Amino acid sequence: MIEFLGEVLAWYTDPAQWTGRDTLPQLIFGQVLLAAASLAVAMAIAVPIGLYIGHTGRGAGVAVAMSNIGRAIPSLGWLGIVYPITTALLQRTGHGFLPGLIALVALGIPPIVTNTYAGLREVDRDLQEAGRGVGMSEMQLLTRVEVPVALPVLLAGIRSSAVAIMATAPLMSIVGADTLGTYILAGLDLSDEVQVFAAALLVVVLALLTEVAFALLERRLTSPGLAGPAAGPTLPQRVFGDAPARDPAA
Amino acid sequence: MTSAPDTTIPRSAPSPAPGSGAVVALEHVTKRYGDAPPAVDDLSLTINAGEICVLVGPSGCGKTTTMKMINRLIEPTSGRITIDGEDVARLPAVELRRRIGYVIQQVGLFPHMTVTDNVAVVPRLLRWPAARIRERVDELLELVGLDPAAYAGRYPAALSGGERQRIGVARALAADPPVMLMDEPFGAVDPIRRERLQNEFLRLQAQVRKTVVFVTHDVDEAIKMADRIAILQRGGVLAQYDTPDAILAHPASEFVEHFVGADRGLKRLSLGRVRDLPLQQPAIVRVGERGAEALPKIAASADGHALVIDDADRPLGWIDAGDVAPDAVVTEEAATPGSPPLQPETTLRDALSAMLLSSVQLGVVVDGHDRVLGVVSVDAISDALRAPVDASRASIDGAGDGQAEASVP
Amino acid sequence: MREGQPFFRVDWVIENADVLARRIGEQLFITGIAIVIGFLLSFAVALLVRRYPRLYGPVLGATGLFYSIPSIALFVLLIPITGLSLLTAEIALVGYAMVILVRNIVTALRTVPPEVLEAADGMGYTASQRLWRVELPIAVPIIVAGLRIATVTIMGLVTIATLIGMGGLGYLIVNIGISQRFPTATLVGVTLVVVLSVIIDAALLFGQRRLTPWSAARGA
Repeated sequence: MIEFLGEVLAWYTDPAQWTGRDTLPQLIFGQVLLAAASLAVAMAIAVPIGLYIGHTGRGAGVAVAMSNIGRAIPSLGWLGIVYPITTALLQRTGHGFLPGLIALVALGIPPIVTNTYAGLREVDRDLQEAGRGVGMSEMQLLTRVEVPVALPVLLAGIRSSAVAIMATAPLMSIVGADTLGTYILAGLDLSDEVQVFAAALLVVVLALLTEVAFALLERRLTSPGLAGPAAGPTLPQRVFGDAPARDPAA
Repeated sequence: MTSAPDTTIPRSAPSPAPGSGAVVALEHVTKRYGDAPPAVDDLSLTINAGEICVLVGPSGCGKTTTMKMINRLIEPTSGRITIDGEDVARLPAVELRRRIGYVIQQVGLFPHMTVTDNVAVVPRLLRWPAARIRERVDELLELVGLDPAAYAGRYPAALSGGERQRIGVARALAADPPVMLMDEPFGAVDPIRRERLQNEFLRLQAQVRKTVVFVTHDVDEAIKMADRIAILQRGGVLAQYDTPDAILAHPASEFVEHFVGADRGLKRLSLGRVRDLPLQQPAIVRVGERGAEALPKIAASADGHALVIDDADRPLGWIDAGDVAPDAVVTEEAATPGSPPLQPETTLRDALSAMLLSSVQLGVVVDGHDRVLGVVSVDAISDALRAPVDASRASIDGAGDGQAEASVP
Repeated sequence: MREGQPFFRVDWVIENADVLARRIGEQLFITGIAIVIGFLLSFAVALLVRRYPRLYGPVLGATGLFYSIPSIALFVLLIPITGLSLLTAEIALVGYAMVILVRNIVTALRTVPPEVLEAADGMGYTASQRLWRVELPIAVPIIVAGLRIATVTIMGLVTIATLIGMGGLGYLIVNIGISQRFPTATLVGVTLVVVLSVIIDAALLFGQRRLTPWSAARGA
């Protein structure tokens, strides 16, 4: 065992991992870039939908249905559906990054929608009345009252999504995306247990770093007046890999 | 006027002979949690067989703790509790509890069991044969006034609050325990239903004669339900243990005097019952009767009013001559609703309060099925007040030995 | 996708019905083992936590830590010890199932109303009679809800286990569909995962309704 761990350590410092094609920095950067882009797109789609549903109270059924679909279709399933379409439409560009991005976006949307929606629904009706009472427009009401109050729950949804995306990103190497998964898949092919193990450890580290980074961000962004135990789901309710987000609306 | 047998309780009493209760004795019982002052302090109390003993006092007086030490849901720190001389600590706790009925405020029916299964819990724990259990469940449902055919298969979620409470009482009585513990059993129902449930329980108790330990924080309920009241003060100290009458007449301390309230005199009204009053028969008109038939009855009545009843003899309200046209029929709408109906077990205090609210200062007395028995007047209550209270109390004490019906004229 | 080939080939599905059936069997077998063992272990842990409530924090912490390991990493991190084997896959899957089920069963047992427990004690149930005849039956709807979530989750995770040679429907999606550029296999694989998940979910729900007729009476 000690010997094996020594080999793993040696693998990290082996020049093969630092020069030429598919270097460690390149794959780590590739994975972070893919995850960051996927999260950005997922947020761009999910936050407005969640805000709309939460603010108007319309389409709550859609939110629940979305989270159920997210639960039933594994991320590999998304990848498998998207990949033939992108390759058919875009040939070479259809490999790697793009299908990976689309699959991860699909994975990342449901927790953000459901948490945004749930966060807004928790905002006191009295608070809405008070906002309207002092003459706020609907948009002002949303941005100045509802979103700040709902922020902890909303951020928890984004954190769930971010960690799920980062944890699942390595799978996207199946279609040629540059991630640490590239090492794992190659290692499995070549029965190189050392490489598989070394890369998997880094995958764990990236997921944990994402978790910690977003937890810190949440703490920074939460209004001190809202500090309390209610700020979002606790550990096992979060999403990792293919595990589903607990539906906060349920 | 005929006597009015109470039809809620079937005459063919399924339960054991009167006097099936046991003597419960607490000897120097103390309960202490850690270093805090004791929750119950050196309490000695003997509860006579077949009596209702109400433990009453402010919150933190240890009344619930005291009760739970009897079935060992709480173990005393020191002292001894006996049932018919047998030390409860000698028995395994679960065996002891199967021999003591237990009713709590939130009822705690088992939501996953039907009414039948709920009532059958203790008999099954005691491994009674199935046929005997079935028979017993039906008996008990009838005893608490619920039709077995309609209720046996229902789940608790499909019952009203009052029905649940009755099932709770039936469940506690299932294995015919000599002792019943009741922890604020009627605390969670609204005042009108509470009155009914109290009356029903008193009728039931007159029949089964268990030794009942009844916890409440409500002095009025204590006065109404108790054969004997134990007033506890903070820290589980016994302030007074006596009959309701004696406590109202001679409070043992300033604490007791304060606790029972400044309206002690008025509360003595609670010692008397509607069944102690002379029952009068009012002019009675049935819904659907022709005005030409009704009007002479109204005219013949003492005060120009008649009581309107429905087909099941239930009271609907009062009419006078102005409400009825000779060629029309009497309708429910024509009747002015009176005060809420009284039952023979209703206290004179509650009766007076209800009657003062009514336009016609008469109270309609009904039986357990809401059928009219007669009416009582405010004058009758003031007459009763002039009679010595102890006499009326005595007739209440005689309720269980067959005298109850006779005292309703 | 290979040139000149239709996007979806029904003839392939028909010709390979036996292969599909075998992959379905693998998928259900791997999922079933994970759920059954995961449930039994979770149940034991939950009873332990019920007995010693102080264990709840550490247990939640441990399962939570497990959950924060990405599934792909967990599947392969054990290879140096247990090799490319069913055991490797099941250790990971059972672990994930326990993350969901332990918390779920503990919560389910804690939702039994205190007055029901008090009544049960007052009636003279022994501790184990109370557990089996009162607490567990009342907890069934919530426990089944947890089982439903766990099953659907595990179904998804099993598709990844094809990467360590476990076959199942992931084999159709990845090894045939994606690697050989044959979308028909991918679509069939994904569809089967979803359909099986829905069927199992419905079956569990149906079973729960049958088992707990009283919960339908609620609010009636």
